Amino acid sequence: MAVISSLPTKDEILGILESVCDPEIPVLTIIDLGIVRGVNIDEAGVEVVITPTYSGCPAMNTIEINIRAALEDHGYPNARVKTILSPAWTTDWLSDAGREKLREYGIAPPVRSSQDKLALFQTERKVPCPNCGSTATEMVSQFGSTACKSLYRCTSCLEPFDYFKCH
Amino acid sequence: MNHLLNYTLQIADNALILGHRLSEWCGHGPILEQDIALTNLSLDLVGQARSLYQYAAKVEGHGRTEDDMAYLRDEMDFKNVLLVEQKNGDFGRTIVRQFLFDAYHLPFYEALQRSHDETLAAIAEKSLKEVTYHLRYSSEWMIRLGDGTEESHRRVQTALDELWRYTAELFQPSATDEAMLAEGIGVDLGAVKSRWESTVAEILRVATLQQPDSNWMQNGGKAGRHTEHLGYILAEMQYLQRVHPGAEW
Ligand SMILES: [Zn+2]
Repeated sequence: MAVISSLPTKDEILGILESVCDPEIPVLTIIDLGIVRGVNIDEAGVEVVITPTYSGCPAMNTIEINIRAALEDHGYPNARVKTILSPAWTTDWLSDAGREKLREYGIAPPVRSSQDKLALFQTERKVPCPNCGSTATEMVSQFGSTACKSLYRCTSCLEPFDYFKCH
Repeated sequence: MNHLLNYTLQIADNALILGHRLSEWCGHGPILEQDIALTNLSLDLVGQARSLYQYAAKVEGHGRTEDDMAYLRDEMDFKNVLLVEQKNGDFGRTIVRQFLFDAYHLPFYEALQRSHDETLAAIAEKSLKEVTYHLRYSSEWMIRLGDGTEESHRRVQTALDELWRYTAELFQPSATDEAMLAEGIGVDLGAVKSRWESTVAEILRVATLQQPDSNWMQNGGKAGRHTEHLGYILAEMQYLQRVHPGAEW
């Protein structure tokens, strides 16, 4: 571990944060996920501002520890991580690179749509199967293995798959 | 009385106790997908409760933590409404309890987003997105079970008749509710009530369920007077911290 004395730039810190992954979907970095909301650098050190995907997201503690560890490895010990709730995270902040990584990993990325996310009932979205590309898919349950995913199945290739739901 | 502390606890206790009730379904859901769904709802609610308890601890300023709030307060200190502490019963009864609460929770958070208290507004903004899924889920199941088989219809109608008596309390303002509304921090429960009534009427109509006409209502939760069920919930939920104070994992 090298301790660096001059102040880093914001881009350097963001570059380091590219190495921190979401523990539940390890193909995504926290930058891809859009949960890093700010980086503040001053004489006292580095502060990273993050926002949770869901209130009960159990990965947030691990993410915080991993951010501090990554920064320490790169010569910035004692980094602070601050959590904010507003503005609330949305899948609109997921990067294009992140969407592509999800698809390759077998999770359908959120469908971009103009539907009112707060409407009581929604018309079923056409979610392409990440396995075969068919849009002949159906929702099994709006709740999946983690808070951010729904369960779908493809009626073409018959594979079940996760859908990273629009939020 | 510190009304801001009390108000934050009212909201937090509703979320924690309902979240705990739903967590009791873990491993017992009627099918795997619904087991996962109910525990997802539970996780959201417990997450909301954590944010609220962290804020309550800060507002109080006596060095207590979110864990102290959840694990080291007694029955009479809990300010949740009676509805959320009622037993799970069968899946249909759990859905009815959830629906009656979600139909309140959503317009409540919607209004709380405009609170003059920045922290409560931020928590409401975050939670609203989650509660939107909850109401969608419980509404869909109300319709599926109500307009389902004779057996499913009978069960949800019975649950609705039994739980109805706990609905008025949602909208009865406590002294804290009134003080917070006057300060622009709290929510106007009268406005929430009219939203609740129209959601409930609409979903019951589609679900072919009868809205109970009984006016006999129970209350007391906001003042710490609970049904017998809360004590059992706390006995289980708080056991570890009471027996091994300060235990961490
Ligand atoms: Zn397919």
